[in-house]
Amino acid sequence: MDYLENIESLAYFSPEIVLVVFAAAVIILDLLVKNRESEKTAYLSLVGLGCSLVAILLTNSILGTDESKNLFFGMIRLDGFAVFFKVLLLLATAATILFSLRSEELDARLKGEYYALLLAVTFGMFLMASSTNLLMIFISLETVSLTSYILAGFLTHSPRSSEAAFKYITYGAVASGTMLFGLSLIYGMTGTGDLAAIGQQLPIVLAEGQVTTLGILIAITFILAGIGYKIASVPFHMWSPDVYEGAPIPITAFLSVASKAAGFALFLRFFFSGFGNSEVMQSIDLGLLLAIVSALTMTIGNLAALPQRNVKRLLAYSSIAHGGYILMGAVLLTNGDAAIVDKGIGAIIFYLIVYFFMNLGAFYVVVLIANEAGTEMIEGYRGLSSRAPLVAGAMAIFLASLIGIPIFAGFFGKWVLFTAVIEGNLYWLAFVGLLNSVVSLYYYARILKAMYFESAEDTERFSFSKGTFALLSVFVVPTLLIGLLNIFYSLSEKFTLQ
Amino acid sequence: MSLQHYLVISAILFSLGIFAVLTRKNAISILMGIELILNSCNLNFVAFSRFVTPPENIDGQIIAIFGIVLAAAEAAVFLAIILAIYREFGSIRPDEVDTLKG
Repeated sequence: MDYLENIESLAYFSPEIVLVVFAAAVIILDLLVKNRESEKTAYLSLVGLGCSLVAILLTNSILGTDESKNLFFGMIRLDGFAVFFKVLLLLATAATILFSLRSEELDARLKGEYYALLLAVTFGMFLMASSTNLLMIFISLETVSLTSYILAGFLTHSPRSSEAAFKYITYGAVASGTMLFGLSLIYGMTGTGDLAAIGQQLPIVLAEGQVTTLGILIAITFILAGIGYKIASVPFHMWSPDVYEGAPIPITAFLSVASKAAGFALFLRFFFSGFGNSEVMQSIDLGLLLAIVSALTMTIGNLAALPQRNVKRLLAYSSIAHGGYILMGAVLLTNGDAAIVDKGIGAIIFYLIVYFFMNLGAFYVVVLIANEAGTEMIEGYRGLSSRAPLVAGAMAIFLASLIGIPIFAGFFGKWVLFTAVIEGNLYWLAFVGLLNSVVSLYYYARILKAMYFESAEDTERFSFSKGTFALLSVFVVPTLLIGLLNIFYSLSEKFTLQ
Repeated sequence: MSLQHYLVISAILFSLGIFAVLTRKNAISILMGIELILNSCNLNFVAFSRFVTPPENIDGQIIAIFGIVLAAAEAAVFLAIILAIYREFGSIRPDEVDTLKG
């Protein structure tokens, strides 16, 4: 296998280097700034993200389309797939920083560390999207996890936040330990840590009878514990509602979009390039396993969301359910037909783009209402149509898109996913997904009902700044237009995994 | 000692770790269970590196070293969070830390 050596790799690694440099710079600036209320650190982090974005685009243009490079002796790989996820994760971090600027929950004195940690977690996610070695996969996953634990517990004087961090790390440490055990078994079976080499070795050792299919299935189940925990799939979803409810709202938004997207990036790369050989996948019936996990994830996510009265917790369950929808696309990766595999990856990528806009938008409204009404409960949304008509309208658009009502982006995301699943002959799974969309209508509609048909005792209008509306429109416009223009889907087909 | 001996020991360590996490009523004991899990993985990697791969290939041993470092980092963060829990709840028993539910 051809790969670049360390020094040669550095040029292609510049987006990550820029992030690390700026994370350090944010910490130093935080020490120098006298005024503790200053927002300089936030703006410096945004500049860092901007520089990193430029670096990503530059490395991509040097690379050219349809090319890929193995960096650092094959530890990480730079290809269109990695570039797409890096841009998505970067934008999610930028949105989180903008939310945090407007959030009144966070302690202003600690914000320097907070932004530095956000840059660090983005760095880890970049690596998650591009690692091709067992060691790198584990290190990147731990980098992201450890930083997320701290961020979830960042509200120092809130018992809820500390509890969220505690539950997060207890589940997370066990899940990543289990995953490492699975990785060690795979390493033992194939004698290599490189994903591509594992993909070549597994069928050979399987054919020679050195390992049994049961052994591979056990190892993969252990690994799925770690990845399933990151994407909050059943049965590793239990942490997610508690953590989402307790963590600061911008971090909840970040975890539900960026962390999940990075988890799916790792998932796709691991199973697609590591176990690219579909014979191995089919001999252990991984497709059926994933299909059952996907069906359970969306059903449990949606059913548990029904009685929720806390909007943050409701969105947490909804995010579990959406993870289940995306997993439907992942099931297609085990299909022997390469065309269907490509369709599955395209559908996942398109859905992640759609989910990025509608879910972050919904969380931004939750931040705004928490600031103004001082509550995350559904009661705080009563009469929002008269108290803040524009924000209520935006929230209605995000919710309609999350439900999957035609015209809105969410509908097209589901459309692409469901058609791909039906082409893969998984009719029952598509049917379960469809039923789930209907169930989800109920709990999203409860928020709509509170906003438009119930009146609040307090009828004073909320006032928002112009910047708030500008940021809100950044999420509203794509949610309205993505599906209609259909540009992003054709775009998403370009980001092939190599 | 053959590879099997090491694998059996690491499997026992792993199971003990999971058992500790599931049954202990103290956050520190849970942390110790997690350390057992991570160390069973390290043992696995080193054993595979010794018995499966050719002697000049030391990938497995390097992964084990990284595993030790990450376990230490995880312990540091876990202890910091336990401290925060103790400050807020006056207890480090997981079953008393239950304001979030529903």
